[in-house]
Amino acid sequence: MTPTEFEFLKKFLKTRSGLVLSNDKQYLVESRLLPVARTAKLETLSALVQSLQRGGNRSMEENVVEAMTTNESFFFRDKTPFEHFKDTMLPHLLESRARTRAIKVWCAACSTGQEPYSLSIVLKEEAARVAGWRIRILGTDLSNEVLDKAKAGIYSQFEVQRGLPIQLLLKYFEQKGDVWQINPGLRAMVEWRKLNLLESFSHLGEFDIVFCRNVLIYFDQPTKTEILDRLAKSLPEDGYLVLGAAETVVGLTEAFKPVPGKRGLFQKKQVANTTTRPVPARMVAGAGLTR
Amino acid sequence: MKQCLVVDDSSVIRKVARRILEDLNFEITEAEDGQQALDVCRQTMPDAILLDWNMPVMDGLEFLTSLRGEAGGEKPVVVFCTTENDVAHIARAIRAGANEYIMKPFDREIVEAKFQEVGLI
Repeated sequence: MTPTEFEFLKKFLKTRSGLVLSNDKQYLVESRLLPVARTAKLETLSALVQSLQRGGNRSMEENVVEAMTTNESFFFRDKTPFEHFKDTMLPHLLESRARTRAIKVWCAACSTGQEPYSLSIVLKEEAARVAGWRIRILGTDLSNEVLDKAKAGIYSQFEVQRGLPIQLLLKYFEQKGDVWQINPGLRAMVEWRKLNLLESFSHLGEFDIVFCRNVLIYFDQPTKTEILDRLAKSLPEDGYLVLGAAETVVGLTEAFKPVPGKRGLFQKKQVANTTTRPVPARMVAGAGLTR
Repeated sequence: MKQCLVVDDSSVIRKVARRILEDLNFEITEAEDGQQALDVCRQTMPDAILLDWNMPVMDGLEFLTSLRGEAGGEKPVVVFCTTENDVAHIARAIRAGANEYIMKPFDREIVEAKFQEVGLI
């Protein structure tokens, strides 16, 4: 691949997905796009770039974006956000939304679905507390391929062993040959939609919680700010934004403030009710399985 | 430093597991079957046991059942690590007192994730 071709790909991906590709990512481009080229019956990456430059091949363009933006995901990734969900966000919302008894959660850039399914597992485990509530989880991603996988809820033996305690695997998954499928009851708790965060998402309405973890890291600073400001419009004053472990809003927007003592958790306005309830011995992701 | 007993009749698996667990700051002892493992535990109870199922002399499940009946045998955190990967086997292991379960083949990430799961790291 020539430097000119790499430059073209950088611009193409920035426009289509917001992905900012640094110059040291040439190896990544090659390893991810060669399979796309082969699928399109093209011999080389140069041929792929030329085809993109000619335009008109919509499905190949989508495949290129998908291949470059798909990321690994695992159940209960980083654990803490799911503890915040159970011990901080849920108690607050169960109190403040008691009139409507409805909570909406959005997993923006949900990839292959582990994050929304982890939330649905927490809700099943907390079934008594949320009985009679309408809790809707929406998972969105810009890639059709990962959304199809998320919808099917089928995971390899490797995937179900990263982050998922064995008890929860037995309880909520069905073994089908070499793979494991999450139970229909949990699949029914999540809706899936294709969405590019660079485009408007106001039509999705308002959410009480938005998980947007490890996505903004791929964007440049103005894009990050722009997305965060639009996310703020999708949340009520006391709604929650959850970012990745290494992410922050500091220096990017004034719309959100970190919730003190809760890493990765942000609110537009500090609400009084963020007191920490005593964490029960049995933690969300099974840290308490030790006897 | 936490002690981990690696029980597997394959020396290759023991070597791989040792390398991964030493990187995670465990001190490793090894046993080739359940009986040897039981002998080790009667000397000193380890903090953790990585346990194969199918082994000669005494298999992993038999070992686990005996271990949990020993004085102090409830202390070690037991993580099965086996090619037996069907629901029936997993459920039996949990009932017998296993804390976690790794389905082979495994890699560093899985061992790390599972050991985190049970609070060993």
